[in-house]
Order: sequence, then structure tokens, then C-alpha cells
Amino acid sequence: MTMLEIRNLHAKVGDKPILNGISLVVNAGEVHAIMGPNGSGKSTLAQVLAGHPAYEVTEGQILYQGQDLLDMEPEERAQAGLFLAFQYPVEIPGVSNAYFLRAALNEIRKARGEEEIDPIDFMDLVEAKLKLVEWGPEIMSRAVNAGFSGGEKKRNEILQMAVLEPRLAILDETDSGLDIDALRIVASGVNALRRPDNATIVVTHYQRLLNYIVPDRVHVLAAGRIVKSGGKELALELEARGYEWLSEEVVSA
Amino acid sequence: MTATYLRDYETLTGNGGAKAPWLAGLRQTALERFQAVGFPGARDEDWRFINLAPLTARSFPLATGGGLLPSAAALAPYLISIPGSRTLVFVNGRFAPSLSSSPEARPGVTVLNLGSALASHADLLDRHLGRYASAEASGFTALNTAFMREGLLVHVARGAEAGGPIHALFVSDGSQEGAASYPRNLIVLEAGATASVIESYVGLGDGSYFTNAVTEGLIGEGARLEHIKIQRESEQAYHVGTTHLRHARDSRGVSHSVSFGAALCRNNLDVVLDGPGVEAQMLGLYMGRGRQEVDNHTSLLHAHPNCSTREIYKGILDGRSHGVFNGKIYVTPIAQKTDAKQTNRALLLSEHATIDTKPQLEIFADDVKCTHGATVGNLDQQAGFYLKSRGIGGALARRILTYAFAAEVLEEIPHETLRASLEAVVMSRLGHSEEVPG
Repeated sequence: MTMLEIRNLHAKVGDKPILNGISLVVNAGEVHAIMGPNGSGKSTLAQVLAGHPAYEVTEGQILYQGQDLLDMEPEERAQAGLFLAFQYPVEIPGVSNAYFLRAALNEIRKARGEEEIDPIDFMDLVEAKLKLVEWGPEIMSRAVNAGFSGGEKKRNEILQMAVLEPRLAILDETDSGLDIDALRIVASGVNALRRPDNATIVVTHYQRLLNYIVPDRVHVLAAGRIVKSGGKELALELEARGYEWLSEEVVSA
Repeated sequence: MTATYLRDYETLTGNGGAKAPWLAGLRQTALERFQAVGFPGARDEDWRFINLAPLTARSFPLATGGGLLPSAAALAPYLISIPGSRTLVFVNGRFAPSLSSSPEARPGVTVLNLGSALASHADLLDRHLGRYASAEASGFTALNTAFMREGLLVHVARGAEAGGPIHALFVSDGSQEGAASYPRNLIVLEAGATASVIESYVGLGDGSYFTNAVTEGLIGEGARLEHIKIQRESEQAYHVGTTHLRHARDSRGVSHSVSFGAALCRNNLDVVLDGPGVEAQMLGLYMGRGRQEVDNHTSLLHAHPNCSTREIYKGILDGRSHGVFNGKIYVTPIAQKTDAKQTNRALLLSEHATIDTKPQLEIFADDVKCTHGATVGNLDQQAGFYLKSRGIGGALARRILTYAFAAEVLEEIPHETLRASLEAVVMSRLGHSEEVPG
């Protein structure tokens, strides 16, 4: 089943074009890695998929499970099972992780026509998910990301993902700023959530994360376009050779 | 307009209200001051942002005692259950011993109704009363001083600890429409003493009345005071409350101010750092809706070196409400190494809500670190997108973010039950009474 189909996507921020014709198909059960140097547009792609208002799509189409994604509000996308793990998760003082996550889950359930979950059932559900990120229940009473270290914020994103069970998860530089233990926890959490009926897009600058989350496809972005696609071995080649040779290849082509 | 006040003053003093000459003198001087200056008006720089006319054009006769006391059930939502705490309840300005909890005796700690202390602790009062809150400060303080009769007295002897918080609950029950009350509180902490004092001003029902409150305090050398003022008056009422705190060297103070009620509320917080090495914090939260006017004026006098202060005030204004924040920081030439940080933020939830905000830094020392920041605006857009990306949009997202804005200030209130009850008020004001996100 096709989870996501991006056709000739162009997007800009202000007057500055950032995405210049991206086409990509992601099927259910797959993990795709989007790699590329800084400024290549990979984080913009993640933000556009989630519906960040700062970016304007000027051309192209995005179909998510057959629906026109660009026609949906960010919260409708989330309610339809799309999830973005933020590169810089936002702090929300005074609002506990438990309240926030249950509110999110209930909005998603309501959109699906399901009953809201009560606080007791919710805590049972969360207890199992906390194990994935190797956390105890005390994290649920802390305010969302407030005073969290960089690594804790990323773990919290994975916890949210585990509870909300998205159909399509987009991880935006989730590996940046993580030490090796946090990286392992985050990656094993993501792996545990892989299923035949969901898909994951991993946006990363470095190959390191892909040692833990093994992708089915790797795409390299440069100047807002996919300049090369391949299997997981492409990531290793990028690690060895850097991004320079690709730009040359594009220029000479 | 002042005729009512003069007549009430004659009645009050004629009834033998003050037998001690020092007190009679204090009151008389204050009354003369009020006669001379009257209420402030739009021409006074410190009052120009707020329209006092609805208050000053009307006469508020002195609330009389007697009558039925409110039931315990009516007071329950405003009581604070904190272990070791004690509560003094005042109804329409008069002490209500039957509603108060009898203070557990602690060595060196005096907690009394000021009215009883006028006779029993005359020396103490003579030394302190009117010394920090000067009747010169404004017509309101002068009027309060002329009419002062009851309120909270806290005295903590050298090195003693007051224990659990001392709560003074001032209730206006709405039984005397248009009446005025003049709570007067005095807090004296001798060197090394500690105390936590909570003042609540509460309206039962939606009566229109006038509370003119004054609190003054001395925080002795190395002493620590935590002071919390909660204003939950009726939304038809008028509240002018002035707090003067004077800090001796190396003392610590935290002052919280939370305002939800009153048609017109003016909070003056005046802190004098009267010795080196003082650390003081001023934290405020105010909410306005309908046509409420909420004015917070803070003044911080750095008169000695090596003091540090931190001030955060936040406002949430909805409907056609109007907020004022004026934060004055005055650093004298000798107050070197002053470290003062002031932040004030206001959130406007409606296009008709307005705020006047004025940081006022006057710095006459050269080796200081003083910063101020003011923001007025709407909800944080990046946080809004974060919530949307989790499926939370619309009214629920706005409520959560508005709550978070307020919670950042309330989180610093150390008593969990008090904090929770204030958070619940915020949530109910945001139209959501089920659950607190904390």
C-alpha cells in the first residue's frame, strides 16, 4: 500500500525557494532515510509534511493514504496518523506530560470516532510505552520538555510516537545532539514500533543513526532536489565519501 | 466626595476608636493628608493609565460590623489547607474569631488581629506602624491609615521561625452594598527570622464595594519573608492594595501577587532594599476579562550595593479588559554591583483587550547589571504548531498554551495545595473546569 506519494514538490519560505521539485513514494512497511548536507532542504521537507505555516508550497502534490495532504490542517494530519518528531521539541511549562499526551491521544481518537480514554486506562497504556524509552512513570508528571536535556527531549518525542502510534512517522534529525546511549534508546524505540502497516521517514545528516535504524531506501537531497536514491549501502558510501562528489555528479550531469 | 469619609472618621474616632495618643496622632495626620491631597487623578504620573473616576466619584461608607457571618461552606473554597498553617478571617474589614483557626503557640511568634494588638502590643506598633507605608505615599494610603482598625499583625522574634504559612483572609460578603473596608497589616521579622504570609482578598457574590488595603513589613537582617497576595474580589468591586516592604542587609524576600477579581484593581508593591546583600523576587500574575481594569505598579529601590532582584509579571487579558504594568527600578549612586532583572509579558486574547506597559529604570550607579524585557502579544506560534502536530488544535490548544503562560508564574508558589487551587481558577477562567493540566 502506498503510504505517501510526493509529486514534484516545490516550497519556499518568504521569497526563498527551498524545495525545487521533490518526488518520492513511501510504501507501508518501509523505512526511508533522507540525507543531505546542511541547507539541502531535508528539514524543510519534514516541516512541509507536518504543515508548518512558515512554508508555502508553490507547486506539486502530496498524497497521504490517498488523501490530499496539503488540503489538511496540521492537526488534521496528526489526527490522520502523521507524526513529526521535532528537531527542537518545544517546552510547555506547567502542562504535564501525562495531560498533554492524553489530550493528544484523545483528539486523535475523537477524529477516528472512538471513545476518549480515561486517565486510568491511559496510564496502563503509557506504562508499557515507557519501557521502550527506558523511563519510569515519574516523567509523566513533569511539564512537557521543560528543563529537559537535549537527549531527554528526543526520548520524549519517541515516547509520544509510541503512545500515538502513527501510520507515518517523520523523524527530523532525531539523532542530533544525542550521546551513544540516548541514540541506542531512541533507535530501539523506533525499531520496536515498526510494523507492516506503518512507515517511517528518517531525516538525518549523519549515517550513524542508520546503523541502528536500517533503512529500505536512502535518498540524498541537494539544493532542494533528490539527487540520488539507493539502498542502505548508499548511506555507507556517503559516510566514506561525504556529499561533495554528489554535487559534482549533479553539476556534470 | 470626601464628606462621607470625613463623617465616618468623626464617628470612628468619636467612639473612642483610638485611646493611645500615638495612634490618634497617626490617624489624624493621615486624615489631614487625605484632606489635602484627595484621591489621585489622571494628572498624577503614577495613576495616569487607569481611570479611577468610577471609584473616586462615588462615596463608600465605612463597612459596619455585626450581621450574620458567612458559613464555613461559603469560605471553604478560599481556605488553604497546608500543614501547620493558621488562618485569620476578617469579614467586611472586621476580625471574625469564630471563623479563624486558633494559632498554635510557637516561641517568639506573635500572630494577632491588629485590633487586639493596639492595646496589648502598643510599643511594637508604635515602633513600626506607619513607618514603611507612609501616609505621604498616596491619598489611598492616607485614607487607610486614618481608618485602620483591624488586620494581620505578625511579629517573629530574632532567629525564630513562624512555621507553616499565616493566612489572612479578607472576605467581603456583599451584605453591605457600596461599603468600604480598610485592612491594615503589619509584618515585622527581626534579624534571622523567617515567615510565610498569605493575604487573600475575596468577594462572596457579586457585590460592589471598596477594599483599600495596606500592608507594611520590615524584613530584618538575614531574615526571610515569603509574601503571597491573592486578589479574588467580586468583579463589581474596587480594590486598591499597597504593600511596602523594607529589607535590611542580607535578607531574602519573595513576593507573589495574583489578581483575578475586581472591576478595578490597583496593586502597588513597593520594595526598599535598605542594606547590602539583599535578594528579592517579585512575581505576578493577573487576569482580566469583561471590562476589568488591572493595574500593577511595582517599585524597587536599590539603595545599597550587592543586592540582586528578579521580577516577572505576566498578564492575560480577554474581552475589553485593560491591564497596566509599571515597573520602576531605582538604583542609587552607591548601589554598585546591583543585579536587577525585570520581565513583563502580557497576552491579549481578544482584539479589544489592551495593555499599557512601562518599564522605568533609573540607574545612577555605573557598575550594575540591569535588564528589562517586555512583550505583548498572542500565543507562542511555535508551541501552537507543536500542539497541532500532535493533533491538538483550536480552542483546546489555545487553552493549554494560555494555561502554560500563567503556570510559569504560579509554579514558583511553593505550597502545592495553594498552587493547585490557583491553577484551577486559571483553568476555569479559560472556560475549562474539568481538569488542570499540571
